[in-house]
Amino acid sequence: MRPERRINARPRRVVLGATMAAALSGCEGVQSVLSPASDDARMVADLAWWMFATATFIFVVTMGLLITGVALRHKREARRISFRNATVMVVIGGVIAPIAAIVAVSLSGVMIGDEVEGDAGSSGPVIEVHGKRWWWEFRYLDRDGRVIATTANELHLPVGQRATLRLMSDNVIHSFWAPNLQGKTDLVPGKVNTLYAEPDVAGRWRGQCAEFCGLQHGLMGFVVQADAPQDFDRWLQAQAAGAVVREGRGLQVFMDLGCGECHAIRGTAADGQKGPDLTHLASRRTLAAATIPNSRGNLGGWITSPQDIKPGALMPAFAPPSDDLDALLTYLEALE
Amino acid sequence: MTDATPALDLRERTDDEGRERLARIERTWASPTGFLGWFMPVNHTAIGRRFIVTSFVFFLLSGVLALAMRLQLLVPLNDLLTPDQYNQIMTVHGTAMMFLFAIPAMEGVAIYVAPLMIGARDMAFPRLNAFGYYVYLIGGSAFFLSLFLGMAPAAGWFNYVPLSNKEFAPGYGVDIWTTMITFIEVSALTAAVELIVTIFKLRAPGMSLNRLPIFVWAVLVMSFMMLFAMPSVIVASAMLMMDRLVDTQFFVTEGGGSPLLWQHLFWFFGHPEVYIILVPALGIVTTIIVTFTQRPVFGYTALVLAMVGIGMVSFGLWVHHMYTTGLPLMGRSFFMAASSMIAIPSGVQVYCWIATMWGAKIRFATPMLFVLCFFAVFIAGGLTGVMVASVPFDRQVHDSYFVVAHFHYVLVGGAVFPLMAGLYYWFPKMTGRMMSERLGWWSALLIFLGFNLTFFPMHQLGLEGMPRRVYTYVPEMGWQFLNQLATAGSFVLAAGFGLTLINAIRSVFCGEVAGDNPWNATTLEWATASPPLNSNFPQPPVIDSHTPIWDWQQDDERPVVGGLRDDRRETLVTTLLDARPAMVQVLPGPTPWPFVSAVAASVGFIGLIFSPWFYVVGILAVFATFVLWFWPRHPYREE
Repeated sequence: MRPERRINARPRRVVLGATMAAALSGCEGVQSVLSPASDDARMVADLAWWMFATATFIFVVTMGLLITGVALRHKREARRISFRNATVMVVIGGVIAPIAAIVAVSLSGVMIGDEVEGDAGSSGPVIEVHGKRWWWEFRYLDRDGRVIATTANELHLPVGQRATLRLMSDNVIHSFWAPNLQGKTDLVPGKVNTLYAEPDVAGRWRGQCAEFCGLQHGLMGFVVQADAPQDFDRWLQAQAAGAVVREGRGLQVFMDLGCGECHAIRGTAADGQKGPDLTHLASRRTLAAATIPNSRGNLGGWITSPQDIKPGALMPAFAPPSDDLDALLTYLEALE
Repeated sequence: MTDATPALDLRERTDDEGRERLARIERTWASPTGFLGWFMPVNHTAIGRRFIVTSFVFFLLSGVLALAMRLQLLVPLNDLLTPDQYNQIMTVHGTAMMFLFAIPAMEGVAIYVAPLMIGARDMAFPRLNAFGYYVYLIGGSAFFLSLFLGMAPAAGWFNYVPLSNKEFAPGYGVDIWTTMITFIEVSALTAAVELIVTIFKLRAPGMSLNRLPIFVWAVLVMSFMMLFAMPSVIVASAMLMMDRLVDTQFFVTEGGGSPLLWQHLFWFFGHPEVYIILVPALGIVTTIIVTFTQRPVFGYTALVLAMVGIGMVSFGLWVHHMYTTGLPLMGRSFFMAASSMIAIPSGVQVYCWIATMWGAKIRFATPMLFVLCFFAVFIAGGLTGVMVASVPFDRQVHDSYFVVAHFHYVLVGGAVFPLMAGLYYWFPKMTGRMMSERLGWWSALLIFLGFNLTFFPMHQLGLEGMPRRVYTYVPEMGWQFLNQLATAGSFVLAAGFGLTLINAIRSVFCGEVAGDNPWNATTLEWATASPPLNSNFPQPPVIDSHTPIWDWQQDDERPVVGGLRDDRRETLVTTLLDARPAMVQVLPGPTPWPFVSAVAASVGFIGLIFSPWFYVVGILAVFATFVLWFWPRHPYREE
């Protein structure tokens, strides 16, 4: 095996533990199948509970019969179950019960599947979800299919509207999974899959890539935020606008370092498409695909040593002089 | 029941003529000794033993990799392993457990036990058998070696494209996977072919198909499944190999290829694969239940049909690995129904076993203990299996730790527990010595507890949103405690396997001497010495029931076949259905050529990783060695 390369991650852990917990506070089951926040997820969670209960019952009955049969020998000499009784047991346990289970599983599967995968006259926003290595890009479209706003790693949805997510990837296969809202669907290159999400309460949850996609598959998360429709509209309007600050020393540093090759800040000369759109970076809660909270310290750490935080990430490390870094951070933090 | 000695057994004859004949037969069937002799044996007992030992070595190595992964996941944001190391370890663990342990271990048991069970003296193609073993040994070792060189594949055991394309997986890792897997599948195919021919044609006279022991039926079903499933993965990995080597673009979207095609081809193999491992294990379980209850199994025909049914249905449900890829719901629904249908044959088997055990005087030795553990674990895994067959539920838990829990319950429950049971059961036959019961009980207990402690919490982890194949997680997900339970459990589990390892090594040297038939079993492998004679049966038996040895004990006599020559390797060929004697087949003796051919093939395959030209080199080299291998010689020439 290779020699170990230890990464000094300890200071980061402390920061992360404290702030992220606060950021997501009060959300028990923030990424959980069993804390549904939409009708789709609730139906599946109910199905899950039914199946757990039935499975437990079948397990107890079968093991109970087994143990009874095995324990009988202690009472007297070996005795044989009559052929008729044995046949009845095999037919009930091995044929009738499984058939009942198959019918139940298949019917419920088709009915619930139809419901949760259907568009139900979807009236909500249409959002393109692009799987990147290893982060998420969300593009909000208008009725004509033009991009209104682009953001990264943070999906905002209106409560009570069925949003259409068009899932696509230009690299490897990813899988979009926000368990509190919906089952997962893959992002397959050369194919556009569709998924619907309809949160019925306001709240904040987390989602994560569920298809193995390489080095940073483990830390490819995103935040899902559901707001009342008017709050959502306000947010979308803000995201659609260009950057609030379009000049200054920080932007100069940004361009000099070459950040604009990969990142876009709408309204400035930075128009790179490889990395996340940074136009409204300061409005986001997390950095590095929902891995660390968005704070000045973490942002500086991410710029200077991204490989320590996410080894293998495509973001290169930069080491500008400290006053340049300061200016850069101040600029980025102003991008509300 | 009396421990009756078969009256006509050559081994029991004390007169000079009898002793001389036995010695002559044994010389004819002997394997050469010495260093060079090491590369020459072709007897199925020698090859089967090597398969079993090699596969268990790979099992231990892959198990150590699992411990490394469990340690990495012990705390969030752990930096014990880099993501690249973790992905390599994860890939090698999965690949090795499936291709280097589970299948070869089942093949090994089948190759060792099945010919004995049907009263054959050897398998139909002994040299092919040896070739298959060397291919497996060389391919498996090369694959594992890549991990220690730091160039192991890191795209998962399923190698989904485009992640495994040249663009996203540069380096030799995936090439090693594709070439070595194709290579090892060759070994599985040779085993499948000769197991089928052996079972169909070399049965003892009188062993008609309806008297075939259940384990042999299971081996037959397994072999046919391999025959149909393996070509799919060979084709797929060859296509991927060519995509990477000569840009054929089978799976490249821009070139008109399809990433989903890979998934279809892979899972068309990958799902039957699970049942290829499971079916022989079910045979082992049945065998052990019959022996330890001392009764014939209830519902022989139902059990056989159930296994055949599992074999058939398993080819029609691969799409349940692809519920989330965006295929139409209507199509997926058929696979949902087909997937849950497996519950019928499985249910029939479980209840047939319960009926067999009902009220029996069961001997609770270690093999039986492992079988009882198998019941609990396998039934739990089967029940979660029916759950994940449901499309909407699976779209939530697919690729989460819930599925990790599910398939470890099915595979460890359905294959490893029966294999452990089989190990304790057949160890006396293979070595002539018993394994320690005390260590066996402790081992079974630790394995059962450790297993459940490791994998049960993973159900919960999956429902709490933890995806599979992640090298780490952030602390606020709240997954730490359950991961710690799992890691603790994995070490208990490892300790359990360690005890069995110690037990096996100790027992080889100083176990209690076993005798021919220590469990008073009824199948034919117990009708020869322990370990078996070179010729298996100096006089092959004649069969007229399901329970030959018990009948011989009752009748105090044992009909045998006469008239086979002592001075060359002759075995009886019988008819397919009724096993009436048809002809005598002369089997080939020890030879180094299978080994040389395997080395030649390996040069070709390993070279392919680096240059397509090795394809040409490999073909010519293998052709040359095959010519020498098949050169007509004694005993085919009549003297």
